[in-house]
Amino acid sequence: MPVLWLILVVIALGVAGYLLGRGRALGSAGGDLRRLHSLPSYYGANAFLWTVVPALLLLAAWLLAQPLVIDNRVSGLIPDEIIEEGSSRSLVMSDVRRVAEGLDLAVKEGALSAEEAGALTTEDTDIRALLGEVGVALGAEVRPEVLNAAQRYRALGNTGRWTMTGLVLALSLGGLGFAWSRSDKDFRARNTVESSVKALLILASTIAILTTLGIVLSLIFNTVEFFRLYPALDFFTGLTWSPSFGGGSELGILPLLWGTLYISLIALLVAVPIGLFAAIYLSEYATPHVRAIAKPMLEVLAGIPTIVYGLFALLTVGPLLVSVFGQGGLLGVGWMQGGTAVMTAGLVMGVMLIPFVSSLSDDIINAVPQAMRDGSLGLGATKSETVKQVVLPAALPGIVGAILLAASRAIGETMIVVLGAGAAAKLSLNPFEAMTTVTAKIVSQLTGDADFASPEALVAFALGMTLFVITLGLNVFALYIVRKYREQYE
Amino acid sequence: MTDLSANQPRSGGSLYTTDARTRRRNAAEKRFRLYGMIAVGIGVAFVVTLLSVILVNGSRGFQQSFITLPVYLDPAKLDKKGERKLEDIKKVSTFGYSPLIDDALAKMLAEREIDGVFEKPKEYRALLSASAAAQVRDSVLADPGLIGETVEFRLLASSRVDGYLKGRVTRESIARDKNISVEHLDLADAMRAAGILEKSFNWGFITGADASESRPEQAGMGVSMLGSLFMMLVVLGLSLPIGVAASIYLEEFAPKNRFTDLIEVNISNLAAVPSIVFGILGLAVFIQFAHLPQSAPLVGGLVLTLMTLPTIIISTRAALKAVPPSIRDAALGVGASKMQSVFHHVLPLAMPGILTGTIIGLAQALGETAPLLLIGMVGYIASNYPDGIASGFLDPNSAMPAQIYEWAKRADPAYYERAWGGIIILLLFLMTMNIIAILLRRRFERRW
Repeated sequence: MPVLWLILVVIALGVAGYLLGRGRALGSAGGDLRRLHSLPSYYGANAFLWTVVPALLLLAAWLLAQPLVIDNRVSGLIPDEIIEEGSSRSLVMSDVRRVAEGLDLAVKEGALSAEEAGALTTEDTDIRALLGEVGVALGAEVRPEVLNAAQRYRALGNTGRWTMTGLVLALSLGGLGFAWSRSDKDFRARNTVESSVKALLILASTIAILTTLGIVLSLIFNTVEFFRLYPALDFFTGLTWSPSFGGGSELGILPLLWGTLYISLIALLVAVPIGLFAAIYLSEYATPHVRAIAKPMLEVLAGIPTIVYGLFALLTVGPLLVSVFGQGGLLGVGWMQGGTAVMTAGLVMGVMLIPFVSSLSDDIINAVPQAMRDGSLGLGATKSETVKQVVLPAALPGIVGAILLAASRAIGETMIVVLGAGAAAKLSLNPFEAMTTVTAKIVSQLTGDADFASPEALVAFALGMTLFVITLGLNVFALYIVRKYREQYE
Repeated sequence: MTDLSANQPRSGGSLYTTDARTRRRNAAEKRFRLYGMIAVGIGVAFVVTLLSVILVNGSRGFQQSFITLPVYLDPAKLDKKGERKLEDIKKVSTFGYSPLIDDALAKMLAEREIDGVFEKPKEYRALLSASAAAQVRDSVLADPGLIGETVEFRLLASSRVDGYLKGRVTRESIARDKNISVEHLDLADAMRAAGILEKSFNWGFITGADASESRPEQAGMGVSMLGSLFMMLVVLGLSLPIGVAASIYLEEFAPKNRFTDLIEVNISNLAAVPSIVFGILGLAVFIQFAHLPQSAPLVGGLVLTLMTLPTIIISTRAALKAVPPSIRDAALGVGASKMQSVFHHVLPLAMPGILTGTIIGLAQALGETAPLLLIGMVGYIASNYPDGIASGFLDPNSAMPAQIYEWAKRADPAYYERAWGGIIILLLFLMTMNIIAILLRRRFERRW
């Protein structure tokens, strides 16, 4: 791994810079620490930073830019006529890349010498078989144009890598020299080092912004791409969801949204009463002893991964519900055909959300000032009357916020619905029928061997965009309510 | 004194006898209290049910049935030239080994006088796992000197026989099963009585790799555990430094302006973005745009890093906030710079809190499945051990929760058993991490 080695060399240079810078600064002060502006280690750190940071920045920028530049120049080599019907330039380019990588691998494994690899022609050798031997499978025979482009790709890549190594090392050494020449007893090394450390801290905190930006951009670009292939109006108002990778699929989001909302509704119907009553009991009635046991017990539910709930829904709750509501079940009603259903996923998701509702409401109920309870009790109200008529109304905005947060959690939940809700997109009112959700369809459209350029795969990004907007809206609204409420008592 | 009489209670009873209204209010009070107790009870009951379902179903995954069988490694079949050259021996595929095993099984059953059920030795094959031939072949390839000798092997029983021993498969349930017949089960009973077939602890499940759909008895969690480990290394290596750096900036240095507000809003929103959206981000940015290898633990780690960063930042900021300002003032007072006061005094004091938050964030990342599905960490990819550190990060692999999902999808009760077993392993890891976090907090937490 040449890049890894390059990084290690740069860091080694940095360590050398540390020692040199520190030594020179100490030397200029005649070994007397008191005459230095900063502690000796700051001179060392200054030299280290100058040696390492610019070089690594250049390395990162080069690694990002090189493939783009090379792709651009190589794709010009491919004549338009060899791009087949139904294929595209980017597909041919990925062939070129595979051939180039395969040749590199063949050279590395000793199947070819470097000169042989450079002199290959499609007439003399069966390149597909050759690459198959080193484990690179190609879909079709290699055409001369593709081979030519691949050779060019390799050559450019090689030059690029050598230039990069040279430049990075030169920059590193230059930085070292510069910092070394500045290491003097009067140089304000600490201030320089501290401001670069601060710059690093700022950089780290902007990652949150970059992540959001990455999410939004990747969703928007692919969604726009999708809407170019499939009309947006049909997507948002379509009542049928029947993707078929052969083409002619109907991709209406409404059945998926309905499934999502229905399952979330059932989950909230389970989680909100149980969670809220548990929170009231634990904060108003329970002895400290009971609270110390029951609260962590409930929070265990929050720490269990969702895949566990998914399996629980699929293998335990589903069959149980079928044995009650299914054909020949306990009630003999025959409402349920299979184990996967809205009810299965909703119930299990409700269990998952109980600790979420209860611990948030617990915090909010505890934030209601004791004086308000004392006032109500002093007027002769019972405890439950106090809770119902004083504490809950005061805590209401916070509790609504907690419920909204739980709803956003339910809408974005994936594994429970993938395993427990079924795969059929339906618009139905029967909670014992299998339905599917936005998240489950994102998974099913993006896993598998689908072509990323087809509308059937790209629709997942549009679904993701919808999901992101809904959950973000719910969160912002919930946080707004919670914040507004908190200000009243602080 | 009309005023006094006006203040008299309307009902003239004593305070010691409760009137109807008070009784009603007290009953309402009791009911309300009962509702609360029921709610807590239901919650706790769910916890207990969930955990016991996992334990009951999963413990079976740690048991496996083995058949101890002496196999005569016939040189006439395995090495026709008799030169014991590895290339010649390698030419014999597992199909060449199967008859040897069939014969050995038939011979042994004849010795114990429990044979005669089937005419052809081949029909005994349903008792053994399809992996048996490969197991014998591997040990011959490892030591060609074994050829010509009779070697005792401990072979996996087939998943149906294994299920029969565990009670998952019954005589009724195999009525329409083409792979096994009631005679096989009778034979299994006899073999068990003779001590040839036995159940024992299944190390292969903990250390092994994923297997194909038809041989659940061979599948294990080992490789996907390594995948999870490499992912967690990436998450720890990136999210701890970045998270701590970001929190230090926001908590100690950041001026109150639009830029820092933007960062704060972003962090609190990212904490609530559904995990699947992070999977979409990983797919679009790391795989489609940056051309990083698909299904690699490195990419999985990057996605999970972005997902856990908000958690780590929020808990780190709380830990930094808990260090009293007097510490900072004292450091500044003796001449430290702002940066020195933070890195030399505040950060070490906040470290236990930061580590606790990091471990909890890691535990959350370890159990996350949805984003991994999108970047391709599913399927049969966890079937080979990585060759080294680099291939551990870059070669396709799965992760524990994704492996469990894969097994759950295979719609085979034998794989469901494995999935539950996998959950036990996953929960053991999560529990250990949480206990470490709690101990850290107990041991180092300071009240200022």
